[in-house]
Amino acid sequence: MTAVAAALLLAACGHGVLDPAGTVAAQERTILFNSLAIMLAIVVPTIIATLVFAWWFRASNDKAVYRPEFTYSGRIELVVWSIPLLTIMFLGGLTWVGSHQLDPAKPIASRTPPLEVQVVSLDWKWLFIYPAQGIATVNRLVVPAGVPVHFSLTSASVMNTFFVPQLGSQIYTMNAMRSQLWLQADRPGVFYGQSGHFSGDGFPDMNFAVQAVPPALFNGWAAARRGAGPVLDARGYAALAKQSQRVSAYSYRAVQPGLFDAIVMQKLPPAPGPQVGRGGPHTSPGDAT
Amino acid sequence: MLGKLSWAAIPFSQPIPLVAAAVVGAGLLAVIGWVVIKGYLPYLWKEWITSVDHKRVGIMYMILAMAMLVRGFIDAIMMRTHQAMAMGEHQGYLPPEHYDQIFSAHGTIMIFFGAMPLVIGLMNFVLPLQLGVRDVAFPTLNSTSFWLTATGALLCNVSLVIGEFARTGWLPYAPLSETTYSPGVGVDYYLWAIQISGVGTLMSGVNLVTTILKMRAPGMGYFRMPMFCWTALGSNMLIVAAFPILTATLAMLTLDRYLGFHFFTNDAGGNPMMFMNLIWSWGHPEVYILILPAFGIFSEVFSTFSGKPLFGYRSMVLATLFIVVVSFTVWLHHFFTMGAGGDVNAAFGIATSVIAVGTGVKVYNWLFTMYGGRIRFDTPMLWALGFMVTFVIGGMTGVLLAVPPADFLLHNSMFLVAHFHNVIIGGVVFGAFAGYTYWFPKAFGFRLDERWGKIAFWFTITGFVIVFGAFYVLGLEGMTRRLQRVPNLEWSGGVLVSAAGVGVMILGVAAQIMQLVVSIRNREALRDETGDPWDGRSLEWSTSSPPPPFNFAVLPDVHGQEVYWSIKQRAIEAQRMGETPQYETIHMPRNSPTGFITAFFATLIGFALIWHIWWLAGLGFVGAYATFVAFAWRDKEEYEIPAEEVARIDRARRDARQAWLARQGQPA
Repeated sequence: MTAVAAALLLAACGHGVLDPAGTVAAQERTILFNSLAIMLAIVVPTIIATLVFAWWFRASNDKAVYRPEFTYSGRIELVVWSIPLLTIMFLGGLTWVGSHQLDPAKPIASRTPPLEVQVVSLDWKWLFIYPAQGIATVNRLVVPAGVPVHFSLTSASVMNTFFVPQLGSQIYTMNAMRSQLWLQADRPGVFYGQSGHFSGDGFPDMNFAVQAVPPALFNGWAAARRGAGPVLDARGYAALAKQSQRVSAYSYRAVQPGLFDAIVMQKLPPAPGPQVGRGGPHTSPGDAT
Repeated sequence: MLGKLSWAAIPFSQPIPLVAAAVVGAGLLAVIGWVVIKGYLPYLWKEWITSVDHKRVGIMYMILAMAMLVRGFIDAIMMRTHQAMAMGEHQGYLPPEHYDQIFSAHGTIMIFFGAMPLVIGLMNFVLPLQLGVRDVAFPTLNSTSFWLTATGALLCNVSLVIGEFARTGWLPYAPLSETTYSPGVGVDYYLWAIQISGVGTLMSGVNLVTTILKMRAPGMGYFRMPMFCWTALGSNMLIVAAFPILTATLAMLTLDRYLGFHFFTNDAGGNPMMFMNLIWSWGHPEVYILILPAFGIFSEVFSTFSGKPLFGYRSMVLATLFIVVVSFTVWLHHFFTMGAGGDVNAAFGIATSVIAVGTGVKVYNWLFTMYGGRIRFDTPMLWALGFMVTFVIGGMTGVLLAVPPADFLLHNSMFLVAHFHNVIIGGVVFGAFAGYTYWFPKAFGFRLDERWGKIAFWFTITGFVIVFGAFYVLGLEGMTRRLQRVPNLEWSGGVLVSAAGVGVMILGVAAQIMQLVVSIRNREALRDETGDPWDGRSLEWSTSSPPPPFNFAVLPDVHGQEVYWSIKQRAIEAQRMGETPQYETIHMPRNSPTGFITAFFATLIGFALIWHIWWLAGLGFVGAYATFVAFAWRDKEEYEIPAEEVARIDRARRDARQAWLARQGQPA
């Protein structure tokens, strides 16, 4: 049993949630392991006891004592209520502390000032706005390693979650609402990012590369982005908000100030969704007339 | 005239649904043709379709459930094989608009038309027999409930060829399910199928709660009821309390979609988060609606096959009621990642883990039921043991997901998918299979073949462990669910392993079908003469197999728990049965086509509303109401079974028992 569990964990180590590259993900993994250990301490003996009791008390075993009158024991009842109750109390404490410590909206303490990134999920691509740098990127997120990043998130249309498994917490993006998330990459590297909430036919395209670079390189990268690419204004956003798939990563050299807030406040309307008859006449037959 | 319906609704360009529908259609036509040609139609109409006998209704629920389990399983096979073929730049064989319908239909069908009819069917069949009564409280309503459920299943399957099914997942989260983002008829199919069958489920809940509270055999106090009756009571109370929430939530979404309301839209003050809150305040109790009856079945099975009464009976009752209450306080754990804040998340996380206390108590009581027993490993007991071993793991991963910081990593991942399949297959489906093998002889008078049953068990559990073991690993690797294309090649190993696991599960399903075929062919050899094939302990085993329409010639007089066990022990000791009772004329409810006709009109209503054919919807409403009025004006409600007939039937049962008793007396 333990060997199987260990093998499973090892197999899962490559680039998943068990291979953290950030402080949030590392703390969450610790909580995951602790909770697992607490519960395995009673689950494994229970499984063993089930198999042992079933085998020993098999009808063909003459050595086993048949005790049909053994149907109640106050002491056993006390124990069977206490064991799960105590375990859950223990786990409850861990839940309470962990939920507060790792609340996605709780700032990460650091001497370095945080980077602000505004995230908009669209059908079906991600928009990342860097308000301080005045640039934006699509389907590619570049952050400085070792610096806390404060994400403000919303959605242009339906719900998604913003999730970089190796960095930790995921959180919903919702139209007309702004959610918050603090993450930090502890080391440079390229990480897989995705939406963890189904958002329609283009959902498999809702992934993006996260590149954590040394802080010194980050400013250079941002400056280079300011030199090339289109400008993101209300009209450009309306075009971007239309449904599209397989969008390659690119960047905007400038972003209209307050664009993110305009999306959240619905000064820019929610994305239009599918055009009538999208995907051929037979996939949405109700649209035909 | 035909609303939005036109020839464009038939997917002529897509071979998969078309061929599938053609095969199913041809199969149905062949069955109907066979029934008509052989002249079975009058029998089918009189004895089954219009039957209000709780046993027949229960069996029909089970047949519907088994058919839908196969349909949902085919969806699962398609998802696994497609994903195995759609990695990186490969496209697989299902385009997104089709794949998204398949996973939505898989979830919808498995929960609403597979698992629900399984547990409702078993409760229908077993409850009156265990309570020692002749029928449920409202027999015609019972038949109507079943036929409305069948209507929902029919509408769901019609969407395969006429139009499309929802592409939103099994719970149509707004705003994706609003007309802006889902303009097609798919969500409408979902809404009307679930609304119509939901009415059936609610009525069934009312019916069974009333039956348990008001219709027990003389002397059958609450604390003398078998555990299955208690868990069924819990489950049906949850149905009565929770299903109106589902109906109201879907009604609001319907208003949004049909009349331009703004309950859950992005704009004009709508609030999509509220949809998630409402749907899960039904959805979480729903999980316990499914699992509680399964817990009851396992309680019966552990006790019977260990040759012992259930350990800690009162403790089990308490744990059941504890689960019923707490199940309403945990729904927010389905969206910890919405960012509600530390206090709210922690409160719901702890409430969720607290539910596990009730389940933990049950597990230990089953464990001690086996302790000191004489365990027989018949197929139902194998399913029960398979449940115990796998369910504690599913429970553990559930509590893990209830810890918000862990859920932030695992929400909506394949780990979550593994968790709920682990508890729903390992709990509800294993429970239903245990109950199916356990009560099959009671329903049909012969046992199911043990060898094929055991083969089915081993293939199913092996495949199940492989598929969902792989899912757990995939979730830890960061893979999310509902991917039509697997964009990250690091996940390919797990995806391939799970596809192989499905291959093993197919063998399990095939063995299960084989078991039924072989058993029907060998039914004479497998005949259950006495009505008590498992050395049972509760009242259903005191009557013959299959039971007569009236279940019990004379209503049993209940003194203490396990009344049938004590009667049996007394009879064995005294080497004779009790005195021949005084038989009386029995009145039973007459069969009625009300349920079937109502469901026929409900089908018209549903189909017409989906396609905006308003006149047909109106016709359907008038027809359904007229059927109800006609039923309300009926003159004769009951028919008589004369005392001599009752005596004749019961004499046969007593003779079989007497012969069995004589065999017991012989020295071994």
